[in-house]
Amino acid sequence: MGLARYIVQRFITYLLVLYIGLTITFFLPRFMPSNPIDNYIAQMQSRVGQTMTPAAMANLRNSLEQLYGLKGSLWSQYLHYMGSVVLHFDFGPSFANYPDSVASLIFTALPWTAGLLLTSTIIAWILGNMVGLVAGYFNKSRTASVLEFFGIVLYPIPYYILALVAILILAYYIPVFPLTPTFLPGAMTLQKFGNILYNSFLPGLTLVLAAFGWNILSMKTLAVATKEEPFVTYARMKGTSDWTRMTNYVFRNAMLPQVTGLVLSLATIFSGALLTEILFSYPGVGLLMRTAAGSGDYNMLYGTIDLSIIAVATAAFVLDLVYPLLDPRIRFR
Amino acid sequence: MLRIRSRTVAAQQPARPSSRRRLRLPLNPRLIIGLALLTIFVGGSFILPFFTSVDPSAQGTYWKDLPMSTTHLLGTNSLGQDIFWFLVFAIRNSLLIGVSASLGITIISCVLGLSAGYIGGWYERIVVLLTDTFICIPVLPILIVMSALMQGNTSFLMVSLILMAFGWAWNARTLRSMVLSLREREFINTARFSGAGTVAIIAREIFPYVYAYMVIGFINTILYAINTEAALAVIGLSKLDVPTLGSIIFWALNYNALLTGETVWIIAPIVATVLLFLGLFLTSTGYNEYFAYRRGVA
Repeated sequence: MGLARYIVQRFITYLLVLYIGLTITFFLPRFMPSNPIDNYIAQMQSRVGQTMTPAAMANLRNSLEQLYGLKGSLWSQYLHYMGSVVLHFDFGPSFANYPDSVASLIFTALPWTAGLLLTSTIIAWILGNMVGLVAGYFNKSRTASVLEFFGIVLYPIPYYILALVAILILAYYIPVFPLTPTFLPGAMTLQKFGNILYNSFLPGLTLVLAAFGWNILSMKTLAVATKEEPFVTYARMKGTSDWTRMTNYVFRNAMLPQVTGLVLSLATIFSGALLTEILFSYPGVGLLMRTAAGSGDYNMLYGTIDLSIIAVATAAFVLDLVYPLLDPRIRFR
Repeated sequence: MLRIRSRTVAAQQPARPSSRRRLRLPLNPRLIIGLALLTIFVGGSFILPFFTSVDPSAQGTYWKDLPMSTTHLLGTNSLGQDIFWFLVFAIRNSLLIGVSASLGITIISCVLGLSAGYIGGWYERIVVLLTDTFICIPVLPILIVMSALMQGNTSFLMVSLILMAFGWAWNARTLRSMVLSLREREFINTARFSGAGTVAIIAREIFPYVYAYMVIGFINTILYAINTEAALAVIGLSKLDVPTLGSIIFWALNYNALLTGETVWIIAPIVATVLLFLGLFLTSTGYNEYFAYRRGVA
């Protein structure tokens, strides 16, 4: 009974979070002193000169408002927006690539983003936790301090700096990797797969480095704390090996907060990929968002933001449900 | 992503400082190095501008692409600006944005987090719901939409305000959970039965327990705010004619500084950013150690 109640409560919170999040992204741009249609018309006018008649202008404004879902009162716009987003996952047509819908464009870009981000996040998580575990378990040794130093230097460096340094060194001074990726067209073959791997290596490397530092530092802190617990001391007195204690005793207990971190960073791939894709011209959702911002494609911008909100909220919800399975000490209350 | 990380690390560290038993000095090396770096950066970027009459962002002030010399410490760039002075102003402006946004975030999260944790009930539920929602909203994309709408006329105040509006949630969440464990302690009850009001209890009894965490959170939030603004500038969506750590890199990339051999133009801001961020990070973890020592747990 407690379990069902917990799930229902958590689910209601999840829906409320989504609802408030989508509402905020709806209202925020509409309270700004500038609106997309004025911007677009100004752009058109400067391009074609003063050749439009007032009637044609009114006509244009009317059809633009319809396209953007900006017709009618704020309230009816809101109902329409919520209806199409929630029920049909429809953000309207993309303005820059007119007849294509936002949803279809996002879904073509999604595999690129997901492939790059999933692989690099998981690699960074595994490597970082291994290094952090060793550094934390043998925290008295000199090697541990060196490993920790690595984490301390790497962690606070902003992502764009890491990316620029990687481009400087590996694409400019030692040109092993291309400055911008060029992907082979056509169906997936072994050659194309190799080409994708080669072109994705540099952006992937920077993402791994960026997530690496945090994983080391946080795993190290957790491992040092867990190592001092009585059950680990007891295991030592029983005569278990260092390896067994490190993996089966310390790691299994220190892993949980790290799993939370992993899931949440997987959920933030849309905003996480933004800088990577822009700096490396990688054809994913982030680049889509940047081009949309440049060309005033607002439907696309809302689509990507809403998708990102949905992803994070869903991940947090799933995590809360799965957590007690991972950690038997937690009880549903 | 950075946000989630800085919170978790900061929140975990005070719990078990057993590795720091070997520390004898109250001031640890991390704090010393961090504060030294910060002193250089803050002092330098706020004092040096008084010694120049040149507007660093004015273009064509000097000959283009001059090498490093005694008159131009880091040379000049392809826009005819002095790289050294541009960098000094950039560090100052970035620090200003970072500190102002971080102050706002700290105040909002402190008020909401402490009051929600202590008062409880429906008020707490609503605050928690809001916190959970704001954690899900990605800040960088929101800033991108805003700057697209403003057509490049994003003001610094605006960037700061948006950072504040969407950045308080993680701090508030952590503070609330810290207060939850304090609420049941004996001295809080004593204060309540002595007739202290809600505000007085939060300010005098609870605040001293969480203020060390707030200082650490404040420094981490400066990092986050500078980082977000710089990221926005690097992709060309902040106020680009004002020097910041991001806009200097944007212009260097825009003029292909690498291919034209103007490597100082891009390497100088990279080195400055790394040192500044290292300084802030070492200060925050160093202060954490220092505080753990003072509490007598280390």
